[in-house]
Amino acid sequence: MIRFVARRFATIPLVVLGVVTILFIIFKSVPGDEAAFVAGATATQAEIEAVRVQLGLDQPLIEQYVRHVSGLLVGDFGYSTTFRGNPLPHIINRLPATLALAAAAIGLTIVVGIPAGVVAAAYRNRLPDYLISLSVVGLLAIPNFWLGMLLIAWLSVDLGLLPSFGSSGPVSLVIPTLALAARLIALVARMTRGVVIEELRKDYVRTARAKGLSKGLALRRHVLRNVMIPTVTVIGLQAGYLLGGSVVVERLCAWPGIGDLLLTAVSVRDYTLVQAIVLIFVVSFLTINIAVEVIYRFVNPRLRYA
Amino acid sequence: MPEAVLRRRRRSGRRINLFLWLGALLLAAFVVLAVLGARLAPYDPNAQDLFAMLEAPTSAHLLGTDNVGRDILSRIIVGTRFTLSIALASVLFAGIGGIALGSIAGYFGGLTDRIVTGVIDLLLTVPNIVLAIAIASVAGASATGLTIAITASFIPPLARLVRSRVIELMAEDFVAAAVTVGMGHTRILLRHILPNAATVIIIELSLNAGQAVLIGSALGFLGLGVQPPAPEWGTMLGASREYLTLAPHLVVAPGIAISLLVLAFNALGDGLRDVFDPASTT
Repeated sequence: MIRFVARRFATIPLVVLGVVTILFIIFKSVPGDEAAFVAGATATQAEIEAVRVQLGLDQPLIEQYVRHVSGLLVGDFGYSTTFRGNPLPHIINRLPATLALAAAAIGLTIVVGIPAGVVAAAYRNRLPDYLISLSVVGLLAIPNFWLGMLLIAWLSVDLGLLPSFGSSGPVSLVIPTLALAARLIALVARMTRGVVIEELRKDYVRTARAKGLSKGLALRRHVLRNVMIPTVTVIGLQAGYLLGGSVVVERLCAWPGIGDLLLTAVSVRDYTLVQAIVLIFVVSFLTINIAVEVIYRFVNPRLRYA
Repeated sequence: MPEAVLRRRRRSGRRINLFLWLGALLLAAFVVLAVLGARLAPYDPNAQDLFAMLEAPTSAHLLGTDNVGRDILSRIIVGTRFTLSIALASVLFAGIGGIALGSIAGYFGGLTDRIVTGVIDLLLTVPNIVLAIAIASVAGASATGLTIAITASFIPPLARLVRSRVIELMAEDFVAAAVTVGMGHTRILLRHILPNAATVIIIELSLNAGQAVLIGSALGFLGLGVQPPAPEWGTMLGASREYLTLAPHLVVAPGIAISLLVLAFNALGDGLRDVFDPASTT
């Protein structure tokens, strides 16, 4: 297992190098003089030239690229105009908030999505199933930021129960978590429903029923052991949504994570910061996927021998 | 055929039509709104009425008015054009790009495949909305920039899907037969392989269209999409944030419009999948 994880992690640097290269090409193709922008609107021509030399922008592109990549190797992400220097420490400062939001969303998905799917399957084609399946279709169509706005209007403004934005303790997590998790809950519920219906048809369930177990007991003792697999699958497939969705939700709720920082970086055209955060997202995405594979091997031992 | 199987068939048959029809009808309604637009709207969508600001729904303004007294119903109707055309355009371009890249990689294999697949796999590691935000920041905040951003974030997964379908089909006898009788690459791809990949692609594209509406409106909400005063739904929601306390009705209508359009595309995609690919339904 440790060797497996080590081998998967060893692929990250190569992928990151590829993404760095693509981002470098995209952002170098932005029209406009980078040095003039960094120097500021009031800078003289001499100051602009000084910045150009200092940041190495007078060098050929290929040398800028080598400098950029070798900087990354020692944790230097370049010159961010927002932070007047290497943005990495500031990004790391904000990372826990984003991770907390993602973790809370995954937790809520497990707690709500799985039971909803199991109930829908157990009451297949009856009222509870229809209600749950209808909610799934609805939740998949609702934009997360709109759901967040409705929750703010209802829970914060109307009822005054929760803070409407910012981060003041765990209660502030409630609205962003609900907004972010809604789509995941719907997907997990739908997939769990499918898997449970599939499993209920299998021989081992018939055996359990034949030896006298009630339907509920057969479900709890035997079928439920299989429901973690679809959940892990959904989280693996939706890792991109989880990270991307957090950007939108963080902005809506003023949650101080890296998604919110990304939007600030975009609005002030701090492309160094944009690239750095996109890179952090890519690394998080790859890490989630490795974690998913590891968990797969725990919940489905057959894979360990494959 | 056993009775149980027949019953299951009949039941799923009913559900298919329901989804398909629901999606198609909703979508048709939105197309009508997009085409007729201003002719259906009761007011000019950008006409301000400073004596009727932030009004809750009344008989004169069925969905109320916004912070400068513009009629929200008219803005929603006229805004259909933005959201729908951005979604359809980005899906169309992503379709062309994804089919081209995916079929070239799958058909020719070898080094071409390795390069294309390599770049696709790299782009797939960037969450699509993050990629769209990065591209929108470069391409500029406008309908065109938004379309480019969404298109770019859809091409990689679509190319991968097309590639794997093409590789699957290459193993079929009819492709071997076409090669044997001496057909050219282009003809084999266009006449024999792609038509057989069409259903998978069409289903994926209609589900993508729903995603495009969600991403497009999210970028609009964040101020990276269509700029005000254009009545794009996501942009309207972004502007209504400040009035959450004063005029909660501003938040309701654009959100329902977005959700219904997403629902239409999703239902269409799910319905098509049920019809053409019954094995994959869970």
